[in-house]
Amino acid sequence: MRIRFDKLGVVIAAIAAYAAFLAPFATFRANRIVPGEARSILEALPATTGPLLLAIVVAGALIALLKTPLVLRLAASVVALAALATLIGVAGSFLTPAGNTFARISPASGFWLLIFAFTLLLADVLTRLNLSPWARVGVLVVAALAIGLLLISGQWNSLSILKEYANRADSFWAEGSKHVTLALGSLVAAVVVGLPLGILCHRVEKLRAGALNVLNIIQTIPSIALFGLLIAPLGWVAAHVPGAAALGIRGIGTAPAFVALFLYSLLPVVANTVVGLAGVPRAANDAARGMGMTDRQRLFGVEFPLAFPVILTGIRIVLVQNIGLATIAALIGGGGFGVFVFQGVGQTAMDLVLLGAVPTVALAFAAAIILDAVIEMTATKRRVETA
Amino acid sequence: MIEIEGITKRYDATTVVDDVSMVIEPRTIAVIVGTSGSGKTTLLRMINRLVEPTAGIIRLDGNDNRSQPDYELRRSIGYAIQGHGLFPHRTVAQNIATVPVLLGWDKARIKARVDELMTLYQLDPEAYGPRYPHELSGGQQQRVGVARALAAEPNVLLMDEPFGALDPIIRTKAQEDLLAIQKRFGTTIILVTHDMEEAVRMGDKIAVMDAGKLVQYAKPAEILAKPASDFVETLVGASEKPFRLLSLGRVSDAVEKGTAEGEAIPGDASQRDALAELLWSGRSALPVKGEDGKPLGRVTVDGLVKRAARPA
Repeated sequence: MRIRFDKLGVVIAAIAAYAAFLAPFATFRANRIVPGEARSILEALPATTGPLLLAIVVAGALIALLKTPLVLRLAASVVALAALATLIGVAGSFLTPAGNTFARISPASGFWLLIFAFTLLLADVLTRLNLSPWARVGVLVVAALAIGLLLISGQWNSLSILKEYANRADSFWAEGSKHVTLALGSLVAAVVVGLPLGILCHRVEKLRAGALNVLNIIQTIPSIALFGLLIAPLGWVAAHVPGAAALGIRGIGTAPAFVALFLYSLLPVVANTVVGLAGVPRAANDAARGMGMTDRQRLFGVEFPLAFPVILTGIRIVLVQNIGLATIAALIGGGGFGVFVFQGVGQTAMDLVLLGAVPTVALAFAAAIILDAVIEMTATKRRVETA
Repeated sequence: MIEIEGITKRYDATTVVDDVSMVIEPRTIAVIVGTSGSGKTTLLRMINRLVEPTAGIIRLDGNDNRSQPDYELRRSIGYAIQGHGLFPHRTVAQNIATVPVLLGWDKARIKARVDELMTLYQLDPEAYGPRYPHELSGGQQQRVGVARALAAEPNVLLMDEPFGALDPIIRTKAQEDLLAIQKRFGTTIILVTHDMEEAVRMGDKIAVMDAGKLVQYAKPAEILAKPASDFVETLVGASEKPFRLLSLGRVSDAVEKGTAEGEAIPGDASQRDALAELLWSGRSALPVKGEDGKPLGRVTVDGLVKRAARPA
């Protein structure tokens, strides 16, 4: 029998091999800011589990490397990811000297590369399985539940990032809700303003080029510069408009962050609304008019439902973009997960940076998967006619 | 009855429709023929006010078509277009129900009408009603398009190249279906096409348009026999004239006394088909049978050839 290799599997196996045998699995530091010492898989884990993890990784890499059935590949990636997630916690407890509260154990490059390699395998399998939108959301929920269980069980409590969390549990959730409020709130505002503006741009040709150009220019302003630009006008508003300051409008803080995120969100929403409406089949529009629909009935009954998947794509772009951009809001006192990132950078405490960055990435990732699923569900029945 | 009086449409300096007047009798089919850019579609769209005329007046059963809001006018007039314009996000049944829903019919009445039309168009309401347009063939989509236009029982049906996107075999079938349905409901139909063959086949009267002007408006036989201008002559196609003329007549009108050998041709077939059959089989006469299958007589090559000659 000829041995056949899987193209992506070669890459996955190479990454896994390097990560398992050459790169450090965990980092040990005597306290949170000193440079760390690398520990390999065999050094970081108890004598029984170390070889077990190596065996799982090697087996998983081999399954990825060769052309194997999808079910087997799915099992290999899930088992490897589960083992990695559990055992990094074991490594944390194993490496921490008894009674020492200053020592910090964090996952090192080898661990992250292994996670990356097997996530790649899992993503590849899921793509090839061609899952329905509901099934994809289901996979996301299962993964979230698994991570949640690991967090609640205390399995990871010996890891540095959770030690940082333990010190800041209250502010973590406060900043988290601020982050989500900023990202979602500016999105809602952008949709409320952007949809009518997009419809207007679609109907009034003269407005279209002008409005889209202005929004394009805003989009090219770097975020920090935009925050800076907003300080003066918002400061003026706070000082001169009665009641504005009481509403929390100030030159720095949440207000300029919200306004900046809102401005960044407008272009994708407006542009996608215009493109979506322009893509409505001419014949369908003509028929709608010819059969006696009023402009309003045509907009809500024909144009809008047909443009909806494209508009949703714009909303997806905005949401993912905003979740990431909201991190920067911390720079001007806007709050959010960025607070931990910038504190961590200031203290050269990488674990604190991760405490801000990891939830941000997870949020953006989950938002992308959910909205993609919604877009696909709305688009399946609305295929553009071929005639 | 539709009266079009001195209708003109100008866009800036360009005159698209130039002082057109014509009367379309109730329960007939009027076909507007012309090359592209002749203004035929614009003329059609002025009847249901998708285009507002620059000058002139259009009366439907004596009422100025501007006497009610445009959307109400359009709900009372059927409208079918090339590429059918079905709503891709609505099911076949929902598509057909569009105008009845706009008019606020009750659910039972809408369902009954949709089922009636789908059955009429040989689409099983149970099987096809819940499907989406992209799941149908081109011919089925076209039928749904016409069914949708007829849903609110309009007296007048406007059709803009409704068969343009169909292949020849399905097109012939669609034309026959439309003729049958027009007879059944007595709808007044105004149909725009660039295909003279279709015009001769479908029209009780044909209006030929060129550069915005109505060049000739007459019965098909007269258009063929006495084209009003060189343009009409070209449109008719000089070499096609005798055959088009024959296609207007039924075999039963050309029956002579006597008998002939071979398979009989039905009396309601067109004289053109009879001539084709005679020429192809190399015979000089064919027996003709009536609807009941009884022999009516025969048609001969000589008889048909005389009928294909320019009328006096």
